Amino acid sequence: MTNDLRDLYQEVILDHSKRPRNFHSMPQADRKAEGYNPLCGDRETVFLDLDGDVLKDVSFQGAGCAISTASASMMTESVKGKTRAEADALFERFHDLITGKGDGDDPELGKLAVFSGVREYPVRVKCATLPWHTLKAALSDAQAPVSTESEGPTAESGGAS
Amino acid sequence: MSTIARPAPAAAPAPAYDVASIRRDFPILATKVYGKPLVYLDNAASAQKPLAVIDAERDVYEKCYANIHRGVHWLSVHATDAYDAAREKTRRFLNASEAREIVFVRGTTEAVNLVAQTYGRTHVGPGDEVLITGLEHHSNIVPWQMLCEEKRARLAVAPINDAGEVDVDVFARLLTPRTRIASIAHLSNALGTVLPVRRMVELAHERGVPVFVDGAQAAPRMPVDVRALGADFYAFSSHKVYGPTGVGVLYGRAELLEKMPPYQGGGDMIRSVTFDKTTYNKLPHKFEAGTPNIAGGIAFGAALDYVTRIGLERIEAHERDLLRDATDRLGAIDGLRIVGTAREKAGVLSFVIDGVHPHDIGTVLDRHGVAIRTGHHCAQPVMDRYGLPATARASFGLYNTRDEVDALLAAIHEAIRMFR
Repeated sequence: MTNDLRDLYQEVILDHSKRPRNFHSMPQADRKAEGYNPLCGDRETVFLDLDGDVLKDVSFQGAGCAISTASASMMTESVKGKTRAEADALFERFHDLITGKGDGDDPELGKLAVFSGVREYPVRVKCATLPWHTLKAALSDAQAPVSTESEGPTAESGGAS
Repeated sequence: MSTIARPAPAAAPAPAYDVASIRRDFPILATKVYGKPLVYLDNAASAQKPLAVIDAERDVYEKCYANIHRGVHWLSVHATDAYDAAREKTRRFLNASEAREIVFVRGTTEAVNLVAQTYGRTHVGPGDEVLITGLEHHSNIVPWQMLCEEKRARLAVAPINDAGEVDVDVFARLLTPRTRIASIAHLSNALGTVLPVRRMVELAHERGVPVFVDGAQAAPRMPVDVRALGADFYAFSSHKVYGPTGVGVLYGRAELLEKMPPYQGGGDMIRSVTFDKTTYNKLPHKFEAGTPNIAGGIAFGAALDYVTRIGLERIEAHERDLLRDATDRLGAIDGLRIVGTAREKAGVLSFVIDGVHPHDIGTVLDRHGVAIRTGHHCAQPVMDRYGLPATARASFGLYNTRDEVDALLAAIHEAIRMFR
């Protein structure tokens, strides 16, 4: 494997993509939302068990590439026990990291820092953010599936049909 | 295999296919990607351009550029001659009867829309049917869907089997007394299936149904004879036959084109205009409103010259060898499944690998310099048919080599090592 690929597909990411954590449906979920990336057909469902303002439990199901699966898996671990506001803030930091605006040394990111290599692969940014957008949709109790293509020409453009 | 691969004897009638020399015609093939030689296997999306085409376009702007079909001056006359010559080259390329049956458009997509909006809107009414197949590209689905929605007509679909073939008997049964037009691919962009177009046209004509053929993938890969096929309409794009982007061809039988209303209104498509009444120009200009892609059209003519000089039969044979080699070797990889296993295939090899998502395959291959397409290939119904969100697709062009199939194989093995 070339060094560049190693930057993207770090061991932790490969591990989570092969053995995703919290990878199951949640019958008692208060909220769930479906995320869809029409460019690659990836679909993920995020399940939420809320205790007031706190994300008591988070899980996901679906099929995606290594980046989106690992991102979903690590997201569920990172946001469990956090408040909505903390989860939102973490997504913002994560988004800055993978679009090159943020800093991989940001201590708040914890293990999520392994996604810093995504910044070198603009077409893969959407893969990493799909689960986060889906979590956001679940938190806002969105009825329609969230799509990576619904947010206009932002920093996440780059895919082609 | 080795006996076949030996160089042809000196007495052979045709010179050997000299792929090394062909590659030198394409400057971009010398590109290094992440320090590795570019292995371009995304030809079904778009093909690279030979110097002859690049030079032709530059020559227009340097030597004979002006607007066409208008001026009395020297430059305009020369530009018009060159543009009309490209039309005549296209006629010959398709073996059409007359140059006026060749309408220049922006690409295959515009050709489908043109026919749906002109022939379609005047012939399809409530309760009528338009027949397509299950392996069509979105551009041969959506324009017909829009038409059917507007006219309250029905879009019928001839399904494909597990191999990716259209069952001709089912297609025949779906040709009903309400069918007004059938629109079918010549070669599937997602699966590589070559459709039995001639037979399908025969069946449609027996029931009085005209046939539109989407030749976007076939035109660069095999000789096309619209009269032998019996096609009423045939469309393809310049950029896939090694020409510039933004130019495409709609062939239509003159008898049909004559009766069709214009597509867009504007300059060049008129004979005379008053505020009361406009009379339309003769074929093909009736369908060519506005200043066209003049330099692109002329360079497209140079692209047709280029592929014709090599010979479509020889290009077809060369790509068939590559496809067979790649199919055998990829098919032998544990956990790799080839999607689309029709008996008649050309140029396109779609595949999936257990436990490795197509996008990850694409990224790993890219870092090895190997450019392939991953995704749904603008053919989501095909993906749905196989229950897949996406595939990886390698597609060949006239300049690809066996060494490049080696590079593809090596990169695929690397991806498998990484993700399993």
